[in-house]
Amino acid sequence: MDFFDRFAVPHPSFLIYASMVGIGLTMLAIVVGITYFKKWGYLWREWITTVDHKRIGIMYLLSALLMLFRGGVDAVMMRYQLSMPENTFLDSQHYNEVFSTHGVVMILFMAMPFIIFFFNYLVPLQIGARDVAFPRLNALSFWLFFMGMGLFNISFIVGGSPDAGWTSYFPLAGNEFSTSVGTNYYMIAIQIAGIGTLMTGINFITTILKMRAPGMKLMKMPMFTWSAFIANVIIVFAFPVLTVLLAMGTMDRLFGTNFFTTDNGGMDMLWANLFWVWGHPEVYILILPAFGLYSEIISTFARRNLYGYKSMVASMVVISLLSFFVWAHHFFTMGQGPLANSIFSITTMAIAVPTGVKIFNWLFTLWKGKIEFTTPMLYSMLFIPLFTLGGVTGVMLAMSAADYQYHNTMFLVAHFHNVIIPGVVYAMLAGLTFYWPKIFGFMLNEKLGKWTAWLLSVGFVLAFIPMYITGLDGQARRMYTYSESTGFSAMNMVSFIGAAIMAIAFVLLVYNIYYSIRYSPRNIGSDPWDARSLEWATHTPVPEYNFAITPQVESTQPFWDSKKNGHQLFKGDIEKIHMPNNSGLPFIMSCIFFVFGFAMIFSIWPLAIITLIGILGCLAYRSFEKDHGRYISVEEIKETETRLRGAKK
Amino acid sequence: MKVDNSLPLEYSTEENNLKILGFWIFIGAEIMLFATLFTAYFTLENRTGNGPTGADIFEIAPVLVETILLLASSFTIGLAIHAMRLNKKKATMGFFIVTLILGAAFLGFEIYEFTHYVHVGAGLQTSAFTAALLTTLGTHGLHVTLGFFWGLFILIQIKKRGLTPETANKSFIFSLYWHFLDIIWIFIFSFIYLKGMM
Amino acid sequence: MKLKMKWILLTMVITISTVLTGCEPLLVLDPKGPQAKTQADDIMLSIWLMLGIVIVVLAILVFVLLKYRASNQPKDYEPPHIEGSPIVEAICIGIPIIIVIFLSIVSVKSNYEVEATPAGYEDQEPLVIYASSSNWKWHFSYPEENIETVNYLYIPADRAIEFKLYSYGPITSFWIPQLGGQKYAMSDMVTTLHLAADAPGEFSGRNANFSGAGFAENTFEVTAMTPADYLDWVEEVHETAPALTEDKFEELLEPGHLGRSTYTGTHLEFAPAPEHDHGSTDNNTNESEHEQHNEHESHDSDEHSEHTNH
Repeated sequence: MDFFDRFAVPHPSFLIYASMVGIGLTMLAIVVGITYFKKWGYLWREWITTVDHKRIGIMYLLSALLMLFRGGVDAVMMRYQLSMPENTFLDSQHYNEVFSTHGVVMILFMAMPFIIFFFNYLVPLQIGARDVAFPRLNALSFWLFFMGMGLFNISFIVGGSPDAGWTSYFPLAGNEFSTSVGTNYYMIAIQIAGIGTLMTGINFITTILKMRAPGMKLMKMPMFTWSAFIANVIIVFAFPVLTVLLAMGTMDRLFGTNFFTTDNGGMDMLWANLFWVWGHPEVYILILPAFGLYSEIISTFARRNLYGYKSMVASMVVISLLSFFVWAHHFFTMGQGPLANSIFSITTMAIAVPTGVKIFNWLFTLWKGKIEFTTPMLYSMLFIPLFTLGGVTGVMLAMSAADYQYHNTMFLVAHFHNVIIPGVVYAMLAGLTFYWPKIFGFMLNEKLGKWTAWLLSVGFVLAFIPMYITGLDGQARRMYTYSESTGFSAMNMVSFIGAAIMAIAFVLLVYNIYYSIRYSPRNIGSDPWDARSLEWATHTPVPEYNFAITPQVESTQPFWDSKKNGHQLFKGDIEKIHMPNNSGLPFIMSCIFFVFGFAMIFSIWPLAIITLIGILGCLAYRSFEKDHGRYISVEEIKETETRLRGAKK
Repeated sequence: MKVDNSLPLEYSTEENNLKILGFWIFIGAEIMLFATLFTAYFTLENRTGNGPTGADIFEIAPVLVETILLLASSFTIGLAIHAMRLNKKKATMGFFIVTLILGAAFLGFEIYEFTHYVHVGAGLQTSAFTAALLTTLGTHGLHVTLGFFWGLFILIQIKKRGLTPETANKSFIFSLYWHFLDIIWIFIFSFIYLKGMM
Repeated sequence: MKLKMKWILLTMVITISTVLTGCEPLLVLDPKGPQAKTQADDIMLSIWLMLGIVIVVLAILVFVLLKYRASNQPKDYEPPHIEGSPIVEAICIGIPIIIVIFLSIVSVKSNYEVEATPAGYEDQEPLVIYASSSNWKWHFSYPEENIETVNYLYIPADRAIEFKLYSYGPITSFWIPQLGGQKYAMSDMVTTLHLAADAPGEFSGRNANFSGAGFAENTFEVTAMTPADYLDWVEEVHETAPALTEDKFEELLEPGHLGRSTYTGTHLEFAPAPEHDHGSTDNNTNESEHEQHNEHESHDSDEHSEHTNH
């Protein structure tokens, strides 16, 4: 009986039972549905075993949207709980689990896959490549990420969710104070997903360095590709820190080591330090690609080239370097003395300079332009002022003496949502709307899209500006309740209303997708926005080989030049194209990883050992496997090209 | 697949080129991994709690033997790659075998060393210092173990398939990995053992 | 569309400024001690400066959007190709750099201020109070007065207080917003927080760092009183409060919430603060570490004499 007891949720409530039933029924419905429509074979052949960067990208997108929903529900629950003093909607344990998972889900399982979706879909197209450098590795990256995500998300119905915050500071996250398996989920699930992300980083750096179209020098790459390149460099340098950190945390929890414990020499602040050595670059991994997307969108709809290309690149490089030297600003209050605080205070503020350069460059890109307010552009124009507000509050937080008062308060919460939502989430939605026609062959409804953007912004302002105020009034973050006498209730109610409006905006987004699938016109051509870079030069839908003939590049906006200045993109004849074969191995190996992770979380050692051998077996199999890929014949390419050209008009 | 004969075998195809660059980037990530472990180790070095210190438990003899074994294996894998470039299959395999034997011997000594530590009361759970020490050494040891099997698989493939662009590419990448582990060991030797013994 | 945005932001700015300067001041901006005053001044300074930046960006944005919107341009207008100009870029880098340098100077200066005995109180001996947290309570030990309280703090106004912070368990953060910013309390080292109250008054304090299930109610009350009242209180405690025994302290450490309580004697006598941290800075801690573990008794007395010499 003991064996089964640990799978029980430690603090069950009606909500959890309801979601168990809901999840069970949904899974059942999906399985029944796929079986009924006889789609298992299709799923296996076309999606599960695929190594095509575009399809892998779409799977990342679906995961991200699913997690946006999950994290969003968490968020609304929190705001509702705090909307009234002494609210009893959630108890303290449940609230702690909700905010911990909200953070992890939104950063690691929503924002990360969302940007990796853009990496996958866009980078090869923007540089005129056939696929990424290691397509098979790419599939493995995705499936590891997916399994890590799955593992993390079953936590709240099997054994209990992590409850020590998304930062999981020790000793709170140690066995002594966090007794459920929740934090084991945190350690193992993020580890598995993190390995996937690390491989994504290696893959894209190689892709960008080696597979650019002829003539595309580094300084002629589209801005999104540049941002992707830098973000992936940060991934490669930051994620190993996380790997080690989580391994040490796992050992503390499962094997009784003393890295972060309170006795035998353990050092709790080592966790905090290493966490933020990874954690701070992590936020730049998210924001830089977002900047890249804004650059593409603003330049497209201002109908102008991007102002200050070189300084845009330089500023990203500077930001990426600085991002590794600011981690201690997350705990100015640790007592490391005024000198250390001063140094980290200055390096942190210094980041404002390159970021400011980017803001001004976007403003100058609008200068003398011919600005069209499409939905993606609207998001970008809402981004600039709202993000500036988030940025300047960041500078305020960087003043370490004052930070003693901001730290751990709602002011801080307001700040990082103020940079992440207008910065990252808006970019994701803008990018999604912008590239939707390229990916799916029809546009999202513009009117509904603009409503979404406005609603989201109104909701955002209402939800987060009050937090700046309550923070300065002494409301600490992560409190599940407060008393009437604190006077926080009015502002928190406003905040809840804002969160509800944001939720409505997301519902509207879903409705927009539904509406557009049904009513949007097809046959919109391959370049509906009159855009500027290579991804728009190929057909819609994009053929599996991306470009029948490798494009020739001479400037930062080759497609624009080919439209306006008579630059010839595609020279030469069609040749046969080498493509990688599909493989089920990444999926199978990731499934074994899932079971391995599960066994580790619940300390079921025999199963852990068996699955570990299984993983090594997969690696050995891969080592001996002979796979030279396949060729697409010239006739087949010509046929596809004719068909797609026909579809275009 | 296009094979460019003007280049060494391991670089001769587009795919091979990608793999070598990709692996260099992977080594970059590995450097960060070990750097983090070293940072943790140096931070926790003096936090011995109730357990022994480095000076109490380190023994120079086995460590020196391990160092010599690993350095020698790094040299022989270099010779293997040299033989491969001269297209001498037998010699390549021979040096590979020597490398793997040296690697296995290294692992044998390391296992002895670990049992010794546990024996003298420096187990994984003893203190922050022992945890950091054994994790750092263990991570390196794990890399060598994985490398051993990887090398073994490549050896079998060379035997079966001969020196093709693929096997050459794999061997070359393996040699990079093996040299890298050697360099990490030199850091471990100097900054963990020697510094700890002083 | 743009106007709407402008209005939202304007309303926002107005709301913020009314709240900030309004009738009921926010705790952090209503300082009652020199440290909190320094911090509140920094905060207000940066708010105005940053507000200026936001307004400038917003103004440029609105202007550009109005002027260069497509509907405001001739149909055949082709936007020019502009690479970027070094002078403009230099200005865009230069102005932020000047602002950052200015704020850095302010920041560094304040850093040293808040990490030292509060300004205006340097001439007197600070009162040392050990504040340690356990799930989910605060224990305040007054080694000089030989008093220990739980969940409330009496301090003399007009005198510098030196808090020595540490924790039994998770990392917590000791925070009295109106007297000054917070600092972490950790289990393996002692941190120091310098505060002072300018006048008698009642303040709320709390643990600001998430520490598990009982975190929300992990609060305490602070009363600053005149030095005379404070001496009376000390005397009263010595007469009425029970002695703090080791068993009693163990009982207090049990997880949970407790009301206020008062004792004579401090737990520092039998459970000293972890002031010799485990060798994070000096290299010869190995020895001292061993000593600490083997010779608890002698160590205690050492520790004690050290405090009183402060």
